[in-house]
Amino acid sequence: MKYLSEFRDATTVKDLVDTIKRITTKPWTIMEICGGQTHSLVKNGILEMLPIEITMVHGPGCPVCVTPLGINDEAIYLAESKNVILCSFGDMLRVPGSKKSLLEVKATGADVRIVYSPLEAVKLAQDNPATEVVFFAVGFETTAPANALSVVHAHKLGVNNFSILASHVLVPPAMEAILSDPETRIDAFLAAGHVCTIMGMEEYEPIVEKYKVPIVVTGFEPVDLSGILMTVIQLERGEAKLENQYARVVQQEGNRLAQKTIYEVFEISDRTWRGIGEIPESGYEVKNEYARYNARKKFNLNLKPVPENAECISGAIMKGLKKPIQCPNFGTQCNPEHPLGAPMVSSEGACAAYYHYANNNLVKS
Amino acid sequence: MCLAIPGKLTAITGQLDETFRFGKVSFGGIMKEVNLSMVPEAKVGDYVLVHVGVAISLVDEEEAHKTFEYIKQMGELNDLDSNTSET
Ligand code: SF4
Repeated sequence: MKYLSEFRDATTVKDLVDTIKRITTKPWTIMEICGGQTHSLVKNGILEMLPIEITMVHGPGCPVCVTPLGINDEAIYLAESKNVILCSFGDMLRVPGSKKSLLEVKATGADVRIVYSPLEAVKLAQDNPATEVVFFAVGFETTAPANALSVVHAHKLGVNNFSILASHVLVPPAMEAILSDPETRIDAFLAAGHVCTIMGMEEYEPIVEKYKVPIVVTGFEPVDLSGILMTVIQLERGEAKLENQYARVVQQEGNRLAQKTIYEVFEISDRTWRGIGEIPESGYEVKNEYARYNARKKFNLNLKPVPENAECISGAIMKGLKKPIQCPNFGTQCNPEHPLGAPMVSSEGACAAYYHYANNNLVKS
Repeated sequence: MCLAIPGKLTAITGQLDETFRFGKVSFGGIMKEVNLSMVPEAKVGDYVLVHVGVAISLVDEEEAHKTFEYIKQMGELNDLDSNTSET
């Protein structure tokens, strides 16, 4: 566990926390939708430093965690197929499918490889022309340009033994789904800095307008706590605006070239989120023009809805209704060695953050 | 997984066509090949934010150093060598 005093920004952080304490007069629930922010808040002890009135809840900001069981099963099926190399980001390997995880099928001899970039998977396909290489393309908007680029690149090079199994989710529709859920009450959002680096800020305007909810684009370092301060200022004043705390990186329009690459390859589709359910127009699927790079088409996969593990309450956590420590299985039946759900093994999962870094106060509170 | 890591572009190593460029980026000494298609304005010596092998924006040097140090302290540089950790 690292402490804030180790950071050069310790005084800035203390000042920010003091200001938040000074101006807060009412209870507010603020949701971050970025696993990086969740981990930063927990690891740096910031959750405990905030005044009691401020409740941070951890939204569906972990793409690995919201990938539905059925897609994990598809990946496992492909990994176990003859003559297939299945490539994935490391985070996906330990996630339990309905029967097993990719790591378990790898241990029994399936060719599952961890890659740093989808472009490495294209290279692997070039080097192994007689084998089908499938990249398990999981991610939010941040990762979509790279995944799209891998398809464009394979196409340009004429690499025909490469395809992607897309599991892409989009942040704004998830925010709307959470805001429309009668059970939840979220007063404000921190929007994820690196998602907005790609997509810009425009798509959040209609949400601010429609739901009168403050949204502040925020980074993930302790100094970015100022994002929480900006949110609280708005809430205390009764305002609802879209603001950019992370202007040192995020431009209003995002990265247009990256957006163009995304829409070259992907189209918006309905998507099921693990733990949350179906959200209309909340994901990307490979366009028909690039169908030969779509593993679902290439291998005739039929995505079947698979019932989720009833013991895992990750859906309630991601909707902001529960904290990881309120899960009856937290740390007992469910731990990183024997996970019941993805949030316990993904490096961005809220349960993993609480398990590894939260101190006793947080765990007991 | 949405984390983008800043590094210094030290060389342009290839250009397949007008848009598809790649180069070498140093992340505190760890060198990686990075695709530069999304940042056509990037030149050798610039700092870029890299996510899963693709540069997604430019950052200034001071910001790059601060962010890199932070990610290192948080122990979250493993993305950079995930291809060597479990394969
Ligand atoms: S602790 Fe485990 S079972 Fe409970 S919500 Fe988290 S991942 Fe699911």
